[in-house]
Amino acid sequence: MESAHTIAERVARDSYGRLLAIIAARSGDIASAEDALATAFRAALEHWPNKGVPDRPEAWLVTVARREISRDRRHEHVIDAATSELLLRLDERLAATSEGLPDRRLELMLACGRPEIDRQARTALMLQAVLGLDAKRIANAFLVSPAAMSQRLVRAKKSLRSLDRGFELPEADVLPARLDSVLAAIYAAFGAAWDDAHGGESQTSGLSGEAIWLGKLIVELLPDEPEAKGLLALMLYCEARRPARRDKDGRFVPLREQDWRTWQRDLVEHAELLLRDAAALGRPGRYQTEAAIQSLHVTARQTGQMPFAALTALYDVMAAHWPSTGVLVSRAAAYGEAGAIGVALVQLDGLRSGDIESYQPYWVTRAHLLSKAGRTDASAAALTRAIGLTSDPGLRSFLQDQAASR
Amino acid sequence: MECVLIFHEPMSEFAKRTDPDQREAYWGAWSAYIGAMAEAGVMTHGNGLQAPQTATSVRVRGGDRDVQDGPYADSKEQLGGYVAVQVTSLEDALEWAARSPAAASGTVEVRQVLPANKAELEAA
Repeated sequence: MESAHTIAERVARDSYGRLLAIIAARSGDIASAEDALATAFRAALEHWPNKGVPDRPEAWLVTVARREISRDRRHEHVIDAATSELLLRLDERLAATSEGLPDRRLELMLACGRPEIDRQARTALMLQAVLGLDAKRIANAFLVSPAAMSQRLVRAKKSLRSLDRGFELPEADVLPARLDSVLAAIYAAFGAAWDDAHGGESQTSGLSGEAIWLGKLIVELLPDEPEAKGLLALMLYCEARRPARRDKDGRFVPLREQDWRTWQRDLVEHAELLLRDAAALGRPGRYQTEAAIQSLHVTARQTGQMPFAALTALYDVMAAHWPSTGVLVSRAAAYGEAGAIGVALVQLDGLRSGDIESYQPYWVTRAHLLSKAGRTDASAAALTRAIGLTSDPGLRSFLQDQAASR
Repeated sequence: MECVLIFHEPMSEFAKRTDPDQREAYWGAWSAYIGAMAEAGVMTHGNGLQAPQTATSVRVRGGDRDVQDGPYADSKEQLGGYVAVQVTSLEDALEWAARSPAAASGTVEVRQVLPANKAELEAA
């Protein structure tokens, strides 16, 4: 028989976002909902050990939290005995009906993607509202001052509250852009604490687990959206390779040297399935395209041969429609792998100096290409630049060893 | 905005400076880091400092002078150097701080510089 404390903890862990979404949905006021839910959890820890855990603990918590909000008693966070009795009877009535708690998390996530919210704040807000992450944890991942991150979150919640509209599903014509914003925010969480595209992501301060969780949720909530599947597939491919990124001595291993048999097969298979399902929906997009590129790496290992024509073609699609610095650098790397060194270097030369002056993957790629082109001095200079821009010490030693061996 | 990055390193890092097996990697990492900052056009000035044991600390209290051999504080991490950077946001400064070799073994303190002229100073 689980203790009241254990049950409360489990509910907090598994259902936080679901409960918060329900409580905040009417008003759009996340901050008040957070406070009310915290009060409800405190009340649970006070009353459940004495009165017993209710049959439907989530419903009990929602009821208490809603009561907190409507009562608007900011200074008294105590539930008196009479109220507690009332709540238990209410709980019994709820248990007697077969009414389940609605899932308002889709509305909550889509609200976090609103244009009124500062782009930088959307990811943080989603992580805090749906997963209950604190500002410090989020600040660590994004290398931001914790106080600044807290302020960002406060402002974001104020923006939502001031709309005074509650969380409704956006109209059909607005949904695609809003979904795009949500997916971008999830991807930003995934990419936080990554040193560069080639690997070096922090185990503890990264948010890849949380991003994948949110990705799975959005796929579940929107099963007919191929880009949601594409994004999840992309993240799963990357996550699958985690065990291969470090060798047994903890040293960094680049993609081309990884033992693909250590890639997590269940994640790869899930990703492949998602990609197939997405393609069947017939609406290609950037995440599906990126995931398709990842799928080629799997194919390359299985067959022993990278399909270079397909790889460069997919990167050309990325570059044509979503030409971010990261995409353009990765494309050049791909062309380099395909043997088109000259073309790849020209592609790199086309990037603006402002965009690449502190972008580590550019310099790693450039160094590699120059080396293949036989331009050793220029390659060494680029490699030194890459080293100076690397924050992961494991990746830095790897690059330094490379420099030393030339 | 101008910020200063103050690099604090543990004694094990200072030891690398003169260790024949470790010094190439140590100086290589620092030189690459400073070079990258310079080439990105963010560094205004900076200096590496000689080891903490070579420091001398001065206090004047009342009329009395006290001169001590050694650094200001007897802490596990000691001041190894500093760099002033011109950046658009604190976050940019934090990113540069995270890239330094000191971040991996020690701590980098980032602080905004006080404005130079009196009016700005009073307004701050």
